Amino acid sequence: MMPLQSTVVPTHLVHLAPIDVVIVVFYFVLVLSIGWYLKGRANTGEDFFMAGREMTAWVAGLSFLSANLGALELMGWAGSSYQYGILATHWYWIGAIPAMLFLALVMMPFYYISKTHSVPGYLKLRFGESSRALSAVSFAFMTLLMSGVNMFAMAKVMQIVLGWDINFSIWVSSLTVAIYVALGGLRSAIFNEVLQFFLIWAGALLIPILGLYEAGGWTNLKLQIAQRASEQYVHLWSGLGSFSNNPMGIHWTGIVFGLGAVISMGYWTTDFLVVQRILAAKDIRSAEMAPVIGAGFKMLVPIIVILPGLLGLAVLPEKLVPESMAAVTGGHSYNDVLPLMLARYCGPGLLGLGVTALIAGFMSGMAGNVSAFTTVWTYDLYRPFINSKASDHHYVNMGRWTTVIGVLISVATAYLVMQFASIMDYVQALFSFFIAPLFGTVVLGMLWKRATGSGGFWGLLCGTLSSISMWTWVKVDPSALRYVALSPHAKGLAQDMYQALWSFVVCVVVTVAVSLATKPMSDGELTGLVYGLTEVPSVGDVPLYQKPLFWAAVVTVVFIVLNIIFW
Amino acid sequence: MVSIWFFIGISLAVNGALILATGIYQLVNPPVNPGIVLFNLHANVWWGAVLLVVGLIYLFKFAPRRQT
Repeated sequence: MMPLQSTVVPTHLVHLAPIDVVIVVFYFVLVLSIGWYLKGRANTGEDFFMAGREMTAWVAGLSFLSANLGALELMGWAGSSYQYGILATHWYWIGAIPAMLFLALVMMPFYYISKTHSVPGYLKLRFGESSRALSAVSFAFMTLLMSGVNMFAMAKVMQIVLGWDINFSIWVSSLTVAIYVALGGLRSAIFNEVLQFFLIWAGALLIPILGLYEAGGWTNLKLQIAQRASEQYVHLWSGLGSFSNNPMGIHWTGIVFGLGAVISMGYWTTDFLVVQRILAAKDIRSAEMAPVIGAGFKMLVPIIVILPGLLGLAVLPEKLVPESMAAVTGGHSYNDVLPLMLARYCGPGLLGLGVTALIAGFMSGMAGNVSAFTTVWTYDLYRPFINSKASDHHYVNMGRWTTVIGVLISVATAYLVMQFASIMDYVQALFSFFIAPLFGTVVLGMLWKRATGSGGFWGLLCGTLSSISMWTWVKVDPSALRYVALSPHAKGLAQDMYQALWSFVVCVVVTVAVSLATKPMSDGELTGLVYGLTEVPSVGDVPLYQKPLFWAAVVTVVFIVLNIIFW
Repeated sequence: MVSIWFFIGISLAVNGALILATGIYQLVNPPVNPGIVLFNLHANVWWGAVLLVVGLIYLFKFAPRRQT
């Protein structure tokens, strides 16, 4: 995720016609109507927090993907593809597909069978309260901060792109989210995420279609990019044999082991914001199929994110610059490429739809963060540690109030970020501290029955502390990156990958060492939670084309072919 | 219960209709300065039509009366 900071506000990028405003207003009306319609189906804890666990594979899968597909990410990665070329695609292919398939086929059965409501909830069952508490507190804290950061970034984008007042954007969007999530719970958040998915495609797909037409096709586009930037901008792997051979300053080992094996695994398999959508699936087959569906569509997302950035390199008349330079010169930054392309091709009506897609992306992200926070707070902190004997109705009310309070805290964070913009960098770093060690803890818990409660807790804690230490070391002494990333030619992006890799290794080593030194857990305590002691129900006697494994194989083949084509 | 796909249909159909109508209006009354590249392709006409058709299909297929 790329931070958006601007101290000098240029003239806004696009101008909405009345029809565009009608389309934007219609979106808000529809979203609130959905929340209102669903309020009658969110009166029990299972309904409010877990959407009744009755989502089909398609709904769970599309919302699983949409929860991650926020507008900040869309704009940020389009900007990254303008800046670094097709290498940005790695975050959509190797940085997502293997992890999503791993979640579907290996981890989902344990999450689903344990009937847990959250990832911290699984940790409690597997390792005990201390692991749950550590994970729940860090997740709750981070999620609200991320929500506030996203809210500020959205308001900033709307100011830059549309000229809207920041306060107006913050309050209108946050109140809308608070209303529809407080009314309809997770089901409302999921419905709106699926809606967002369709709006994003409807609003953004025209850019690559018209852009390729203007550029004269893919081959001509590559020639133009080679002239304007570098031939390396259109190669996924061939420049990754050396840190100095590609625009990003990364190495294939960092991409494969840091991004592919650890960061993406950590995010897609343990970040409760996305996992919660799968936990709401109606049966084990849907729970396994949903991430596979998400993976299939994730592979297509570069069409509307990466390709516009590449097209911007070829067709935009002005050269885009880094954020810091744009703030001083009043020019356009890399992150402006998507709205600039939108303004280039989309007239009245289409522009409104494109802007609505961006707004929908931001609001879904907020709703996702708030609904995940509400569940973790109510079930993993409030119920076990504060009030364990209340009625289900009480917890639902707690959920509704927490939704409103969570949104207000997010708004406060957004204003804090407005005053201290560098907070955004720190929040993103904070997120990265927990995600890789958490993956280590959860995957060991699921696959190795010898892992004990103490092992799980200390592994998670040590992994997190090691991540914080490495980050602080590089912050204080930037040349330390050469040690973290094992090369003097490594650049900033390499830090995330290697920091994740080492913190994962630390987590695993400590978990194994402490587990072997402590008393094993009994089989009775582990039934239904770990490989070897869990009877995974069959997906049923269904045709091959309805089996998750079949479609996972199809997705894998397509993934491999795409990486070869764009080598 | 009204399914999410019905709401998707509403969104696509209404947005499609608005964009198509705008496109047809601009086809009949072309602006002096369209302000966009490739205006001659009239993307809002055919894209609006695509969204409208897809939206209507969803509305018909997932209408509440057909689901009961």
